Amino acid sequence: MTATATIVAPAGRAPRERRSRLDVRRQRWGWLFVSPFLIVFALFLIFPLFYAFGMSLFTTGLATGTQFTGIGNYVKAFTDPLFLEGMLRVLAFAVVMIPAQLIVALIAALVLDSLVSWLSKASRLLIFAPYAIPVVIGALMWSFLYSPRFGPAGTLFELFGLPAPDFLASGTVFYSLVNIVTWQWSGYYMIVIYAALRSIDPAIYEAARIDGANGLQTALRIKIPMISSSMVMVITFALIGTLQFFTEPVVLRNIAQGAIDAAYTPNMYAYSLAFSYSQFNYASTIAFSLGILVFAGSFVFLFLTRKQSGLK
Amino acid sequence: MKRKLLAATGVAALAAMVLSGCASGSAESEAASCTNEIKVADAPQVSVWAWYPAFEQVVDLFNETHDEVQVCWTNAGQGNDEYTKFSTSIEAGSGAPDVIMLESEVLSSFAIRKALVDLTEYGANDVKGDYSEGAWKDVSSGDAVYAIPVDGGPMGMLYRQDIFDEYGIAVPTTWAEFEAAAQQLKDAGAPGVLVDFPTNGRAYNQALFAQAGSVPFDYDNADPTSIGIEVNDQGAKDVLAYWENLVDEGLVATDDAFTADYNTKLVDGSYAVYVAAAWGPGYLGGLSDADPDAVWKAAPVPQWDTANPVQINWGGSTFAVTSQAKDPELSALVAKEIFGTEEAWKIGIEEAALFPLWKPILESDYFRDLEYPFFGGQQINKDVFLPAASAYTGFTFSPFQNYAYDQLTEQLYAMVQGEKDSSAALDDLQASLEKYATEQGFTLK
Repeated sequence: MTATATIVAPAGRAPRERRSRLDVRRQRWGWLFVSPFLIVFALFLIFPLFYAFGMSLFTTGLATGTQFTGIGNYVKAFTDPLFLEGMLRVLAFAVVMIPAQLIVALIAALVLDSLVSWLSKASRLLIFAPYAIPVVIGALMWSFLYSPRFGPAGTLFELFGLPAPDFLASGTVFYSLVNIVTWQWSGYYMIVIYAALRSIDPAIYEAARIDGANGLQTALRIKIPMISSSMVMVITFALIGTLQFFTEPVVLRNIAQGAIDAAYTPNMYAYSLAFSYSQFNYASTIAFSLGILVFAGSFVFLFLTRKQSGLK
Repeated sequence: MKRKLLAATGVAALAAMVLSGCASGSAESEAASCTNEIKVADAPQVSVWAWYPAFEQVVDLFNETHDEVQVCWTNAGQGNDEYTKFSTSIEAGSGAPDVIMLESEVLSSFAIRKALVDLTEYGANDVKGDYSEGAWKDVSSGDAVYAIPVDGGPMGMLYRQDIFDEYGIAVPTTWAEFEAAAQQLKDAGAPGVLVDFPTNGRAYNQALFAQAGSVPFDYDNADPTSIGIEVNDQGAKDVLAYWENLVDEGLVATDDAFTADYNTKLVDGSYAVYVAAAWGPGYLGGLSDADPDAVWKAAPVPQWDTANPVQINWGGSTFAVTSQAKDPELSALVAKEIFGTEEAWKIGIEEAALFPLWKPILESDYFRDLEYPFFGGQQINKDVFLPAASAYTGFTFSPFQNYAYDQLTEQLYAMVQGEKDSSAALDDLQASLEKYATEQGFTLK
């Protein structure tokens, strides 16, 4: 089986005119091997996508029944203050959260890369550990830490005779969420960046050292530029994840219903529309609109960073 | 080569079978997977979703005493968790149970989506006499009856006798006395407060408004496309202004309800009073970290005008038959009879701490004289909840109650945060609900 697969790969790259009947037959094998994935992909992603798009073209009122309204729902969505506010909120999250995660991940990776001891291995594992915790459980854990009654903040601040901050008030819950996500994802991004750093030829560092570069200069002038494509990938992941922000605010909403409303992020808005208010059509529209914006956002980002990522 | 191709096709076919097998397998197992044991194997089964505590014993009792039908029970989650699943299966057109436990506040929301069967065709009116008028009004809309009442939530005031004694507070009978008690507790430097005012109290807040005569919705399923909305009427405004004042003076807490923090504070003395429904004692009894020295007592809910006392209700549930029921006749029989015996209700009362709406037990000496160890042997039904239940006249909810509650929570939170005053909060709530109703195609009365 492995043999067949390795033969197929070069055949696929062969110029079109030289493709023999044998190649065509081998191509069939290729398709056959990817078919389990393709079937699942089509069934659970492509088909629902079209289905949701179809749904978004209709409008169901509780009292009116279902009518075809074309792009009416999209006009409504892009003028819906709840959707737009949610969009602005996730953009604000992106502006604060992505740099925070990136800086933590980058510093950790650079430090670990220059250390060679058992300590580096142990720290690497520890920094990565939060990512191994399921998102819901992580968020639940933090919700207990933030809780004024069960959390440690009350006791800690009492030592200094200060009132404990309310992590779940409308003004602070934003940063509480940033903290959860940074805690959870920095380790993962650290591993990606660390792996990229490891793949750099050490001879380059040696050359830098001979040229008189110190550790900091090597990090800033050699290491970071050489891993820019990984950095672009990490930012793209973080950007998509942030725009689709959902799990953490949903979990925290259980203990802060006032500060986190049902339309806190666009994904939460779509969820409440569909499952709390049974407006499945408009929920599809919101989900689709979010998808369009996420796609456009990542496309623009990848276009702007095409030089760093090596796409150009 | 050919053999390999055959093998590969075989693998693909197998994969396809496994995939499709998953789909059909889950559909079959849904009918077959009951939490309870089926006693009469060849009798037709009626599937039921419910989240009552100790419900398995009630189901067993029903199955043992019925040969013609068997109940297949599943706990599909509590309140909104269950409604979310039900709502999704309505949209999908399959997957709903035959009989479902619903709180009376959501009946209109599901009836308007044609998800419930009108039980008048299946003998609902035969059992009408077993329930009070208020309870029956909550399950009917116009001539239609959408569910059979099960338990109710007449409200009372549960209070900590030990805390009241410590600070010399008399049990308040009016809201003015209630405010004075809150002030007294604060002036005495008590560590806790008198009570919590949760912005996410939903039905609780609504019930408080209703006590002062607020009638937020005018809706009748006979004319399903028109609705009257008046959530900012004088009753609601008076009540909310009262609580706004208590919040501003720092006399009450504003913690979110139904969180772990709140549950602990209910029983550790942070709040001296829990304005509760009849199921409240059961709720308190299930909480951990309770203050071991706590002495709980129950008293009637404070009144605005003692000359014209008004009783209110918070929660309470029913059994409805869904429009996906395979056999509506049998399903209606289950809905009518599952909590229609004294034996079933003894389990319901003693194990699950439910407040029955079924008159034969509601009006029995047994229920009236029942002594509750949690309250030091106080006969709370006789003292508080039975009078409250008998004076309750019913309530009309909107067909988009979940949305209305979410909006209410948002507005109350804004008020507590000091962003707007109580009157503006209710006016904004009115505006948002009117807008929503219009968008949904309702005509405003």
